[in-house]
Amino acid sequence: MLAKGIREEGRSIFNYRPIQIRHSLLPNAEGSAQVDIGNTKVLVGIKMDPATPMPDKPDEGNLMSMAELLPLASAEYEPGPPSPDSIELARVVDRGIRAAGAVDLSSLFIEEGKVWSLFIDIYVLNYDGNLFDASTLAAMAALQNTRMPGYEDGKAVREGSLGKLKLNNMVASCTYAKVGDKIVLDPNGGEEAIMDGRLTIANDENVIRAMQKGLPGSFTQKEIEELIDMTFEKSKELRGIISNSESD
Amino acid sequence: MGSSANKPELIVNGKRLDGRAFGELRPLKIVAGGLKNAAGSAYLEWGNNKVLAAVYGPKEALPKHTQDPEKAVVKCKYSMAPFSSLEEHNRSGPNRRAIEISKVTREVFEKVILLEDFPGSEIDIYIEVLQSDGGTRAAGITCAAVALAMSGIPMTDLPYATSVGKVGEHMILDLNKIEDNYSDADMPVAIGPRNGEILLLQMDGTLTKADIKEGFNLIYKAGETISKLQREALRAPYERIQEKYKN
Repeated sequence: MLAKGIREEGRSIFNYRPIQIRHSLLPNAEGSAQVDIGNTKVLVGIKMDPATPMPDKPDEGNLMSMAELLPLASAEYEPGPPSPDSIELARVVDRGIRAAGAVDLSSLFIEEGKVWSLFIDIYVLNYDGNLFDASTLAAMAALQNTRMPGYEDGKAVREGSLGKLKLNNMVASCTYAKVGDKIVLDPNGGEEAIMDGRLTIANDENVIRAMQKGLPGSFTQKEIEELIDMTFEKSKELRGIISNSESD
Repeated sequence: MGSSANKPELIVNGKRLDGRAFGELRPLKIVAGGLKNAAGSAYLEWGNNKVLAAVYGPKEALPKHTQDPEKAVVKCKYSMAPFSSLEEHNRSGPNRRAIEISKVTREVFEKVILLEDFPGSEIDIYIEVLQSDGGTRAAGITCAAVALAMSGIPMTDLPYATSVGKVGEHMILDLNKIEDNYSDADMPVAIGPRNGEILLLQMDGTLTKADIKEGFNLIYKAGETISKLQREALRAPYERIQEKYKN
């Protein structure tokens, strides 16, 4: 099928499945959002706790990202310590957000020796391919709706918040699967099962912020350059979707 | 990366801190062999990096559920010794960074090893970073490729790896630790030199498409030198034998 440029549901090779974003679903978390891309469902929760800053960055908060491939999300996932796949997912999402300076880390400074640690927890609820883009979207949507807790006597006060978390930038990623010599955007689970290689490109409006190739299949320099152009075009839609999902 | 606090000048008078030009590799020395118990091994010094790689197998894949009846499975472990960095003692055992590097390194070799020749087996690749100074994943891949070739495991190519980054307006090749820490971007790449295919690509920081293009040019050019040193390292043990029995 792919050889003829045909995909399930008549999708063209560089189109996303329908994307839905819902935010502020979990009031106990400082921020949250769920992103559905087709049947892939990813939930991100944001929590913030007072912490000691990193020694080399005393004026900045800490940012930490983790991903859980929950056993309820797929018959392939099993309980246990983080798999290399979940570690790669969290680290690639983290690198895009960090490199783009999306979170204003200096706004997480509380006082001398105290900063906020911001935890981005990625919960995969249902797997049908392209966890990278769904996770980056969900993380950005959750960050955009994150409310800062207050701070009193060394503790977070989570009632009556200080206002929104300050964001400096918006990052999105586009993930491509290479099957034989064919390349498609937003692979679903079936396409990922047969893909030879995978490439994720994260960018903001002007520049590339992170890239990650996965799986043994290789890419040529020409392919990568073409996919960079495609990513600048496609990620506009994604950033638009996040912006439109913002709460007031 | 991208830390603005106490950022040192990385380029002074058009040269890098260690005196290199933008597109210049650090000194690279590769020795094939050395570890008798391994099927193949190699030792590499790349700038201040010192890296050992060893290959065991092919052997029966264990535990049994890891077996693939159609091909060999590759198991790869990249690790940094607790005493390897200039900073504090590293906890031993794999951290999240090491697990990710092990994964992308494994994927490089899964592409070039003829896995179908060894159904039901495993091939173990161990990369130990004894001393680190930036670019250790690239050093590990370059070293492990030699160890694998040494072991006689059939491969379609002899991969090499290095990295590029950006400092101010300049793309630079083969970042050392301080450049890695303070540059505007870092992009490690592994290449199969036979057809130039890209086997590993990671990047974070800030790059334009033109930067990436220039980065690839630097990498492919440096690859000629790296590949040549890999092949010489593989030939050296045989040349020594030839020398010994010349008369």
